[in-house]
Amino acid sequence: MSVLVYVENAEGKFKKSAFEVISYAAAIAEQLKTELIAISIGNVNPEILVNLGKYGANRVMNVSHDKLKSFINQAYASIIAEAAKKESATVIVLSNTFSAKGLAPRIAVKLKAGLADSAIELPLINQDKFLIKKTAFSGKAFAKVELISAIKVISLNPNSFQLKESGSTATVENFTPEFKESDFSTLIKEIVRASDKIALPDAELVVSAGRGMKGPENWGMIEELASILGAATACSKPISDAGWRPHEEHVGQTGIAVRPNLYIAIGISGAIQHLAGVSSSKTIVVINKDPEAPFFKVADYGIVGDAFEVVPKLITAIKKYKANS
Amino acid sequence: MKILVCVSNVPDTTTKVTFNGDNTQFNTLGVQYILNPYDEIALARAIELTEGGKGTVSIIHVGEVGSEPTIRKALAIGADDAVRINAAPRDAYFVAAQIANYAKDKGFQMILTGRESIDYNGCQVAAMVAEFLNIPSISIIKKLDIESTTQASLVREIEGGKEILSVSFPFTASCAEGVAEPKIPNMRGIMSARTKPLEVIEPAPVDQLLSFQSYSIPEPRGSVTMLGSDETEKLVELLHTKSKVI
Repeated sequence: MSVLVYVENAEGKFKKSAFEVISYAAAIAEQLKTELIAISIGNVNPEILVNLGKYGANRVMNVSHDKLKSFINQAYASIIAEAAKKESATVIVLSNTFSAKGLAPRIAVKLKAGLADSAIELPLINQDKFLIKKTAFSGKAFAKVELISAIKVISLNPNSFQLKESGSTATVENFTPEFKESDFSTLIKEIVRASDKIALPDAELVVSAGRGMKGPENWGMIEELASILGAATACSKPISDAGWRPHEEHVGQTGIAVRPNLYIAIGISGAIQHLAGVSSSKTIVVINKDPEAPFFKVADYGIVGDAFEVVPKLITAIKKYKANS
Repeated sequence: MKILVCVSNVPDTTTKVTFNGDNTQFNTLGVQYILNPYDEIALARAIELTEGGKGTVSIIHVGEVGSEPTIRKALAIGADDAVRINAAPRDAYFVAAQIANYAKDKGFQMILTGRESIDYNGCQVAAMVAEFLNIPSISIIKKLDIESTTQASLVREIEGGKEILSVSFPFTASCAEGVAEPKIPNMRGIMSARTKPLEVIEPAPVDQLLSFQSYSIPEPRGSVTMLGSDETEKLVELLHTKSKVI
């Protein structure tokens, strides 16, 4: 028996969500009194892999091959399932990233495993029961799912579990799986990364704006505020529908659900569909000139005022704070 | 070109979510059900790609008779025919197994879903169907074009960027915003939808791997602290000292 955690890299580097999922899987391994094995696919420097021990991985299976440089979900799923079988893993954990959303379901079918996606807490394990809390109804509710299959797959939402460092190192071993040609019928032609921007799903701080901004030409101050905070930018649905901002910034029930530490909503009234996507944020600040805006009801801090007046003042205040800290 | 679009029947986006029976069941009282908004995007693109005699669009839905208005809406928007697998959609694995079982010998080049249903948000069905059928799947796409008679070109969302790929038919994909604009059915569509074929098929047996035990609603937040429009420095201080988020 073991717990297997898949750690996803982007161009050979790991992000915080990868360390979160190792910390989470390590806690599950501890609950089950078993070993935690991490699996990495792609070209990652073994020295970086050794350091995954810091978050609780006992061993790291390193799968490195030119054919696997970029993410092919069919091939990756086959490899992870093969590794799970080899190590008799009963729990397989992934971080709920865009790629993992294409990967976890395939692994679950291969291993005939129940899949709990969007997990936000450690499982409750007692008397053969294995319960996982996950988000549901686009953030309007939580569901408890019982995984009743022998093998279980869990995908953990980013920003849901505290990093935990234990300070040891992991042993790294090369794992050479069998390749099936039929797993490679997808060809990745190009990967485009906006390198200077923080990705919204991973962001710890988010600055979001809505119709109160009046037009796309006024987004300069939103971007400035986000940039001095080190935050990602987001928007409400009418804004992406109107083409003022790209779709990937749309937060809400039919957009991205975010769970940052801080969500600053500027000129967004707070329709129920928008609130669904932000309700898991730890702290919410609302700036709106309408004192009746429903968003104030779910906010931690509220300022009634015109965005064009308040945002520049907020930028000045943050600059001052940054200069003094 | 034969495209299969999988649709689900979900509570309207304005629904206030509540539960009953000791928080074990979603309270459907007074809830309006709609065609899942993301599935509308998949359907719209399927119709665009087959317009002008270039192919057909079929709908598949796993659900009970009560969701037929949603299937009729998909037909009104422009799908050619529909199949309903007559079973409550227990979970994604069950739904995917039913779809794969139906589609396995029908020769669809593409099987499309929305990126996720807005009730359970699993984002699982497209990839599971593909795994059952041993074909490629691309999750959360923003663009879908036919490249040649053998392959399609897609753009997939990744953290902080995008990936441009080409994939051979057949495949499955889950569609997000950007793939197409949802279509509004016109009167002719609504009239013709009534007579378009809707086949009902009994489900295949599928093992149960999980069960939904209970539900809860997020804790209400403490009361809001209101500040004046001149108190931005105080806000920054509170965010640092009290909320500890900056």
